[in-house]
Order: sequence, then structure tokens, then C-alpha cells
Amino acid sequence: MTSKIKRGISLYSFQEEMFLGKMSVEDCVAFGASIGAPGIEILPEQNMPTFPNITDAQVGEWRDMLARHGAHFTCYDMFLDTKRRKDRVMTDEEQVESIHRDLILANRLGIRNMRILIFVRPDILEKCVPMAEKLDVHMGVEVHAPWHLEHAWILRTIEVADRLGTRHLGILPDMGIFMKHYPPAFRARFERQGARPEVAQFIVDQHEQKVMCEYTIFEVAVKMQGNKAEVAMAETLRHAPYANPRRIGDYAPYFRHIQAKFYEMNEDCTDPALAYDEVIPALVKAGWEGTLSSEYEGNRWIQDVHEVDSREQVRRQHIMFERLIAKAEAELA
Amino acid sequence: MFDKYIIDPASVANTGPADAPTGFSFTTKLGYYRGLGLSMVEDLKVSIDGEALPREAIRFDEGEGPLTLDEMETAFDRRWPFGAPATITVAHPGGFPAGEHRLALQQRLRISYMPFPSFNNDEKVISL
Repeated sequence: MTSKIKRGISLYSFQEEMFLGKMSVEDCVAFGASIGAPGIEILPEQNMPTFPNITDAQVGEWRDMLARHGAHFTCYDMFLDTKRRKDRVMTDEEQVESIHRDLILANRLGIRNMRILIFVRPDILEKCVPMAEKLDVHMGVEVHAPWHLEHAWILRTIEVADRLGTRHLGILPDMGIFMKHYPPAFRARFERQGARPEVAQFIVDQHEQKVMCEYTIFEVAVKMQGNKAEVAMAETLRHAPYANPRRIGDYAPYFRHIQAKFYEMNEDCTDPALAYDEVIPALVKAGWEGTLSSEYEGNRWIQDVHEVDSREQVRRQHIMFERLIAKAEAELA
Repeated sequence: MFDKYIIDPASVANTGPADAPTGFSFTTKLGYYRGLGLSMVEDLKVSIDGEALPREAIRFDEGEGPLTLDEMETAFDRRWPFGAPATITVAHPGGFPAGEHRLALQQRLRISYMPFPSFNNDEKVISL
């Protein structure tokens, strides 16, 4: 069978170069298109300096720019500033209004998927469903570590979507939930900050065995009298779940877009940490049709010692995607 | 995520008359992967050689005119865009001290989806 999985990039992946003024948004779009990943995920609050005031002329410029490179929008990453005011949290009505603002802008840009921050309450999203349906924008709650596919908070959104029978509310998995192995880039940085190699190895071994994180944190912090870097490394285990890739098929009807998070690719174009070799066959088997959107988040782990090359990292990830998709297709044929 | 880049060391300059500076200024970028409304920039702590300068002495300007840190708290219609330099001016009679000194900045941000405030720290050795 031929899979209908599409490939794309999130502009988030190039945050280091864009922050430093080394790449423009158009450079990122052109690069994505050049590696066969023309689906563009945008963070308007990052990539549109005049946000939230976007004129029709600006919308036109964006669409023209994407068209020039044979690219298209896939997803709009929204934010919700519930703590915008110091004296009080946004009311429910203000939250709905803010999400409506984003749905409308997504629709103006011709975007049909919206990444909803995971902390947004399911009952607030329920109130936004009529607008999402009217504008035909799917609201996908970002399933981000330390949450995972079957976390009770996520199941609340699934419950609302089922009860309403809507196709415009669901989830949007971030592949960081499939952390099968501890990322070598994390370990290396903690060692540079003073973690002793034997303690770092202990933490990696504990994660490899999927020991529940609090045991490891106690061992490192109390029994081993770990230093600051060692305790901080152990505490990253709180955000390092390995969700079961076999359950992907059950949830596939609820998502149309994936944030393909990664921290560092090996030179041979394999991911040392995240279980893409199990996730992609499950997606292919489920007949899933959305976009795998690269979300490189390795810059912050290496920028203390070497220059960040987000393009090279993203390029390697897409070679991996091509390989794994083709392999899964062949195995199902 | 961008701590080491938030102070631009080349931008540090004295303000006021050259022979009697009234303070100094420098440019800074928001240490965050998106832009943020100014009301959520809770604090900008500037220090020289580890000694914090008074909050009242600090002015912030992302391009729309200088604000005190208290005024920023209610500047709901202004944003600090991603990757964009803003200017911090500090009233400091005599200007930035001569010779090598450590200039530090801490940005404290109120990020709604995080349970705790976000701190960005940078320190640069400056010699004017």
C-alpha cells in the first residue's frame, strides 16, 4: 500500500537561526520545500511580528511567498495568555474570545489545523467548537510530554469530541511522548555542566529500564548526594515518557497533524531517542493521512559548545521519514 | 533557550552628556521562542558586578517609547516580537563604570502555560 502521510516542517525548528537573524522565514520555507517537506507549520506569535494585527495585504504576502516555493500551510500554533494580567486570570469569556481570534486568523491564512496548547481546558474548547466548525479548523490539543496519549487530561478532550460528535476537536501528538531512550544530547550537556559520568550512566540506565522517575530522582538527590547538574538531569525524567506506539491506531481518528519533535539526529539519519521506528509503522498501518511536521528542539542542548545547524538536523530527520515510511509500506504490501 | 544571546555586548553605551553621563543603555532580545505582550514581562533585573540596580532606574523601549517597569505591567497593547532587539536604559549617574565590569540581565516572564515564572539570565563582561 502507498501511505498518504505527508511531510512538512514547523518554523519552530529554525528558532536558533531566526532568533539570531541568520535565516528569514522565507529561508525556512524554501529549505522545507527543497527537502520534500513543503507543509509549513507556523507560530504566528513567533513568525508574524505585528501579531495579532495582520492585514489582508500581509495574508496575501504570506500566501504568495509559500506559493513561490511550492509550499503550503499545514498548522497554526496558537497560544493563550491566561495570565496576561497580573491581577487576575482571564475569564472564560476572554479565553474563548482569544481562541476565536486565532481561529479567524487561521481561516484567513487558509489553515485547517490548529495546535491547541495542552493546558487549555476542555470545557473552554467545547465552547469554541461551533466557531471551529464554521471556519473548518480542527483544534488539536497538543499531547506533549509529560502527558501522553492516554493521560486522563487528554481523555477529557476525547470525551468532549465524542459527546459532541464533532470532527473539529481532537488531539495533536508531539512525538516527544515516545522517548524510548534518553537523549544523548541531554546527557552530554549535563556532563559539561558537571554531572559525573557514572551518575549520568545510572540515570540513563534507569530510564532505559523505565523505572518510574521519582525512584531515580530520590536515588540521585538523596542517596548519591548528587550535584546540581546530576539532580537536574534526574529531574528531566519527569518529562520523558515512553507512550505505547501500539495505541496510535486507536487515536488516529482524532488527529490530523503531528509535531515530529526531536532533539538530535545521528549522522546515519536515525533518531537515538524517540521511537520513530515503531511510531511510523503504526501510522502507516492505521492509514493515517496527516503531516509529519519536523519540530527540532535541539538548539538549547548544544548551543553552549557548538554552532547549531537546524537545517542539517531537519534534513536527516526527513531522510529517516522517507526510509521508515517506505519500509512500512513494503511490509504491509 | 536563548540565555547567552539576550544581552548584546556591542550595544552598551553611556547616555547623557559625554563628560557627565547620566546612565547607560544596551539592547536585549526576549529569551523566548515567540513574542510576548509587555504586560507579561514581569521584571528586568539589571546588575553590575553582581549588584542589582534599582527597579525605578530602568526604562524599556521595544520601539514604541520608553516605559517604566510598572507601566509595562498594564501595557496591554504593546508586544515584544520574537528576535527583536529592545533598548533598556538605566539611570546611573556617571554611566557604566570604566574598565572591565560584569553586566547581568535577568528577564522574568509570566508564561501562561507554565506553572512557574520563566527566568532568562545572561551576563557579559563589558569594557567601555
